[in-house]
Amino acid sequence: MRVAVLKGGRSLERPVSLRSGAQVEDALERLGHEALPVDVRADLVERLEAERAEVAFIALHGRDGEDGALQELLEAIELPYTGSGPGACARCIDKALAKHELRAAGMPTPDFFAFKEAAIEELGVAAALPRIERALGFPLVVKPASQGSALGIKFAHSDAELPAAIVGALAYDRKVLLERHIKGRDLAVAVLAPSSRSLDARQAPPIALPIVEAIPRGEEFYSYDSRYEIGAAQLVCPAELPVPVTARAQELALRCFDLFGCHGYARVDMMLQDGSDALEILEVNVVPGLTETSLLPLAADAAGISFDELIERILASAFSRRSAGALRAAPLTPAG
Amino acid sequence: MRDMFALTERPEVISLAGGLPDTSTFSPALYTKLMSQIAKSDVARALQYGPTDGIGVVKDCIAEVMAAEGTAIDVEDLIVTTGGQQVLDMVARTLIDPGDVIIAEAPTYPGAIPAFAAYQADIRQVEMDAQGMRIDALADLLAELDRASKRPKLIYTVPNFQNPAGVTLARERREALIELARERELLILEDNPYGLLRYEGEPLPSLYSLDASTSGRGGASDFVIYLGTFSKILSPGLRLGWAVAPRPVLEKLNLGKQGADLCSSSLSQLFVSAYFAERDGGRPAWLAYIERLRNLYRSRRDVMTAALKEHLGEVADWNAPEGGLFIWATLAEGLDTNDLLARSEDVAFVPGRAAFFDGRRGARSMRLNFAGSPAEEIVEGIRRIGATIERERGLLGALTRRRSGGGDKEALAEVLELSPRRSRGAGAGRDQRR
Repeated sequence: MRVAVLKGGRSLERPVSLRSGAQVEDALERLGHEALPVDVRADLVERLEAERAEVAFIALHGRDGEDGALQELLEAIELPYTGSGPGACARCIDKALAKHELRAAGMPTPDFFAFKEAAIEELGVAAALPRIERALGFPLVVKPASQGSALGIKFAHSDAELPAAIVGALAYDRKVLLERHIKGRDLAVAVLAPSSRSLDARQAPPIALPIVEAIPRGEEFYSYDSRYEIGAAQLVCPAELPVPVTARAQELALRCFDLFGCHGYARVDMMLQDGSDALEILEVNVVPGLTETSLLPLAADAAGISFDELIERILASAFSRRSAGALRAAPLTPAG
Repeated sequence: MRDMFALTERPEVISLAGGLPDTSTFSPALYTKLMSQIAKSDVARALQYGPTDGIGVVKDCIAEVMAAEGTAIDVEDLIVTTGGQQVLDMVARTLIDPGDVIIAEAPTYPGAIPAFAAYQADIRQVEMDAQGMRIDALADLLAELDRASKRPKLIYTVPNFQNPAGVTLARERREALIELARERELLILEDNPYGLLRYEGEPLPSLYSLDASTSGRGGASDFVIYLGTFSKILSPGLRLGWAVAPRPVLEKLNLGKQGADLCSSSLSQLFVSAYFAERDGGRPAWLAYIERLRNLYRSRRDVMTAALKEHLGEVADWNAPEGGLFIWATLAEGLDTNDLLARSEDVAFVPGRAAFFDGRRGARSMRLNFAGSPAEEIVEGIRRIGATIERERGLLGALTRRRSGGGDKEALAEVLELSPRRSRGAGAGRDQRR
């Protein structure tokens, strides 16, 4: 099959995406496919048509690949693609939106407040900061709403540090969320659609892979650099957890996958709070990293799924989707 | 953070980030002439392997370059390398075992950090001031290492127009550094890519020559490895640099180079030797070219400092280097150059953290290259940085004013380290807009 590997893009996660893409291309070649590397730019549609791609493997992280815009475009040109559709992407890329949905569904996620940059001047957010500080406590975490990885995540330990942390995080996205800091263990639960060899892949439910724990080496949290540099954070898989906690975490991840309407694969990041054993969902990644140090390949390996098999399964997800195109073709209101 | 450099490749971005000289200043006619000369008489040699330590005539050219800076060498102590970066790699490869200490300046050349870290060096950085590396701080660090029974393998320094800080190691500190090195028998790696790009002031003796003059070994240094390069005075595309080193080190470098790439490009070396034979108005063409570069870069440095004064005057401090390629600017408290780069969609620079091994210090600083871009791009680039900072200051101000009710102007001033008078001006502007 002629598989276009969409990678690169313009976001700050470009280098990670290029590494994911390269890994995917190698695996596709080993699987007997023809990998067509495509660095995503304004000529994307022309490139895909010129290359006569039969399917797109999305290896773009961050806003470029996870906000749904790329998926919308691929729907428009009717090219099958891997992973989640535009709706799930749009809901997951915005951490604030995702957290609201989690809350509404009664699922655990740390307390938070979110606002856009414009609100600072137009709505006078500053006046509400003392209340937010009291509600969330210090230290609190300031996150760009739609940045993947850990880029732009700041900690504020006091009210004096908060303005700079907010402005810093806003550099990565024009919307931020202020979140209660959960002291505990950093867990990632990957969810994977069933093997295409299953009797009916469309019917079989997705599975949660063994849990990965990221143990930072002296860092305050699992930072961007340590997430992508070999040896910078210690990754343990399967995480050493009591059986019931593992079961709960995997169950939560599957519920997230379902709640957001994810497809193919996803990675759900959560915290296991010290002392209480409570699990708190931080975010859902619809295009998790596939580099040599990424969590998903590690989790797959622990489940006895080789990297190549993982890529094959993700590729198969492009063909097991209920066609959004078909849904759209059915008019909701009578024409004319 | 290093990954952010990927963004500077976009065409709409004005990049003040790289360490680029302006190679558009080299005459295409001269390039054609030199290449034709090689084509006429030296094709087989140009396309062939060469000696590991470099082609003899090029060694003479290198001796000429170093003599122009007042450093006399014996070409037998010299090895030609594939750019200066290869010297950093080979020195680390041949001398460093995992955990060995390398002492560097704070901040240091961002490209040295991965080169040393690749061999798991423990990089310790010594504070600098306007006179370069502080020798008292170096002595303190050495004492601290003594207490931990650690002996540094190497002291790495860029003494002239340091990358990235732009400062030059003062003469008396050079002497003190050599004294310290001789006393403790420590190797110094003197990285001098821009020594000839001095725009004002008197040249200072190289560490190599200072050590050689006290060595009693007839012009050779005992403790200094000198790193030179054609990258900034001619072309980084040629990939030619060199090391002059004490014999035991030189032998190791030679073995290391055999393993790394056998030899540097013969074509590049023949290009250099042909170039050095050229004359221009009664003097060597290469010297005339450097003179032109000096005039150009001096004017660009002045353009950048003027632009900084205009657009960042209230929020940044910077040095005006006497030479080299870089200005190191440090912003007011509350601003972070990693974040600034993330917000700056159309201008790039090197955030200060890249110059620190632990990636933590330097958060408010940035390295700006004034040599590689035309004046109008420099001005526009600095204007864009200024506009982005202005936006961040506005947000910081809006988030800070609540802190002390009526005293908000003081609170804003505190965050931005400004005088209350200036911040009052900014506040008034905001009020008018409401």
